[in-house]
Amino acid sequence: METLEQIKSRAEAAVPGARLELIRNDAPSAQHSLLVDNEHAFAVAKFLRDDAQLRLDYCSNATGVDWPEAELTEKFKVTKLVDGVEKEVEEVKKTKRPAYLEAVYHLYSMALKHGPVILRLRTEDRGDKNHLPSLTLLWRSCEFQEREIFDLYGIVFDGHPDLRRILMWDEFKDFPMRKDYVEPDDYEYEPTPHDDVLAKVKQHREAEAKA
Amino acid sequence: MSATLEPPPARNYEILPKTDTDGSPLDGDLLEIAMGPQHPSTHGVFRMDVVLDGETVVKLKPVFGYLHRNHEKIAENTTYLGSMPYTDRLDYFCSLTNNWAYALSVEKLAGLQVPERAEFIRVITAELTRLLNHTCLAGFLLQDMGALGTPLMYAFREREKILDLIESLTGARMMCNYMRFGGCRVDLPAGWLEGAMAVVENYPRFLDEFEALLSGNEILMARTQNVGKLSKELAISAGITGPMLRASGVDYDLRKVDRYGIYDRFPFRVPLGEHGDVFDRYMIRVLEMRESLKILEPALRDIPAGPIIDPKAKLRAFKPKAGEAYGRIESPKGELGFYLISDGGPNPYRYRVRPPSLINLTILEDMCLGHNVADVIVILGSVDIVLGEVDR
Amino acid sequence: MANGQRARLVIRHSSFVIFLMDEGLRNELQKQGIYTVKLEELYNWGRKNSVWPLSFGLACCAIEMMAASMARWDLARFGAEVFRPSPRQADLMIVAGTVTKKMTPQVVRLFNQMPEPKYVIAMGACAISGGPFKQGYNVLKGIDRFIPVDVHIPGCPPRPEALLHAFMTLQKKIDEQKLTGPNRARHCDPDAPSEFPIPQFGEHDLVPPSNPNVWKPAVVVRG
Repeated sequence: METLEQIKSRAEAAVPGARLELIRNDAPSAQHSLLVDNEHAFAVAKFLRDDAQLRLDYCSNATGVDWPEAELTEKFKVTKLVDGVEKEVEEVKKTKRPAYLEAVYHLYSMALKHGPVILRLRTEDRGDKNHLPSLTLLWRSCEFQEREIFDLYGIVFDGHPDLRRILMWDEFKDFPMRKDYVEPDDYEYEPTPHDDVLAKVKQHREAEAKA
Repeated sequence: MSATLEPPPARNYEILPKTDTDGSPLDGDLLEIAMGPQHPSTHGVFRMDVVLDGETVVKLKPVFGYLHRNHEKIAENTTYLGSMPYTDRLDYFCSLTNNWAYALSVEKLAGLQVPERAEFIRVITAELTRLLNHTCLAGFLLQDMGALGTPLMYAFREREKILDLIESLTGARMMCNYMRFGGCRVDLPAGWLEGAMAVVENYPRFLDEFEALLSGNEILMARTQNVGKLSKELAISAGITGPMLRASGVDYDLRKVDRYGIYDRFPFRVPLGEHGDVFDRYMIRVLEMRESLKILEPALRDIPAGPIIDPKAKLRAFKPKAGEAYGRIESPKGELGFYLISDGGPNPYRYRVRPPSLINLTILEDMCLGHNVADVIVILGSVDIVLGEVDR
Repeated sequence: MANGQRARLVIRHSSFVIFLMDEGLRNELQKQGIYTVKLEELYNWGRKNSVWPLSFGLACCAIEMMAASMARWDLARFGAEVFRPSPRQADLMIVAGTVTKKMTPQVVRLFNQMPEPKYVIAMGACAISGGPFKQGYNVLKGIDRFIPVDVHIPGCPPRPEALLHAFMTLQKKIDEQKLTGPNRARHCDPDAPSEFPIPQFGEHDLVPPSNPNVWKPAVVVRG
């Protein structure tokens, strides 16, 4: 298979105006991914599916990821002149990561037996601007998986033929897989050494004392 | 005698009411039924909202979530190792392949190596699991067709033999919690290989008996051939994997494509179907069992001595570097994948299971349209779902 | 049968035949081949040996329940191999597996549809308390929050032997049930409820999250 850089440049040439970004992955798996802008995501995905060299006809996995707003600290070493002597100094760089929801698609080719090409789509924020284009019309396998992302993360897929909750009941209002989801307090006594459970116990007892 | 026989008088349909009490026409009324979540043949708590025109299915919408046990959320709040027992409970027939898929993904994420003996044990246990799963599936499928009891009894008899092996190896019948990142938990007990070899050697006899009873059976053929056909193109687009995909004639077996583990060392073939109907799906599973035996025999014979876990692998305080990995294996149901994102902490930031059972159900409606209600049950049985994996 | 109307067996004078008979006379008669029993004993003996379970599997434990009914363990020895697909024909509900909140109304409704006398076995850790999935947002922390449970089987999943033991425990329990008097069984008491309220799906949780008339958790004394 071509490298991801080649795929990126060919996709940008095939879909005018598409903005693709290569997201590097430092883990030993080295599965890098392509971030696509929402406007051209469908066209880029269609290119990846229909291109004769790629033929990514099989979307194996589609999933959501929640990225709430966070402050990232990055440590790196810089050589600086300190009192006329060159020294290695550790500097901390703080960056703010904006909040967004992400949908990740793992594409493979059954015809040419290669893959994966990983496609990422990001919403503008976690509030009202949580829309993404649906890829169900390209790969049928996204149908239930996008419904699941909608159910658990609250990403609205425009163009999905049947976007309803799939796992939780229809009356349910929350998005339970988001990192800031608060589950209902139906605590039951449980002897455990886990700190987070014990914190929950404390919270529950306070609520109980109030009531 | 024949002289006294007269044809029954023609029924006077004119006198039957043509309209309902409210004036709406009686003909062409559709009947909506909710099959499940408690239904003897839905393989657990699965529900299908079926719309019928007479006996013919015109619409079918699956309803999920009755066994949504929040596996992913729990896994994101526990350590990497802490999720291993939960993977057992995904597809509760095949806990060992679930273990393997998860271990493989973590090994990709953290860059761990697996010793050769552990790879052999993984292949052996995975193929035993495949035998177990396909045997039970055949029993359940026949049960769905109305052969109450007997085929399932035979299947469970064989299942017990394999479960005894698994129990003596892992300590549990169903929830094995056996694999670890970079190897396996315990070594084979004394005499285990001989016991496994005996089961493997006797298995073809069971398969022959099973096939003699069933594969050529007229009722089975009438109920399954040309029922629930699935085309190649739709199967690929819908992400169908496993025996269902191969029954539609697509040569895609991850044991051959990804060559994970040590599968490239064993001589086995990938059976392919031609029609993509329920009968093909049944036969593919029977043939796959025979191929599994071809893997098991040399694996049990050639297993080397050595360590069973990577000495560098850490079980406690295991914190892989930030990054992500998607690992997948050919589980008996299809492609089972785990997608993990690490932020460098002890818990995975994102933990996702790619469930073959759920995605194989995508085209359930397409396969059932135009068939009778009774066929829906058989088609669902041939998909081979386990609700623990569908809903997670 | 319409909701709320249950056929009830109310036996008021079950022991009037034998109140004269002492143990010695009974033994003497037995030697002659004449067996005398209380109606209560006869009735319970018959019931305990033909418990028909509802064929109703929720999760992993259902596979072990099936295994228990297969040749190796042979549940038929307890007269309980007749798994009925319809709640109307069943005496026993084996809650085999995790009860999720989405499934809870259906479980309670099925239990309500079963005619009295009816029993519940909570099989496995999940049905007892949520088990390993207790921390889940969609997992009910024990079916005894909504319906009364007669026998609990711990284990994840319990082995078929454990299910057999639960059957024997249940048989013992049925055998000891009184048909009259203040401690009589639920199905002989016209005032005891045989149907339980079905929870509704709420916006965040089930409404109500438990039935306080059924679920009385042990009070934890905090030092």
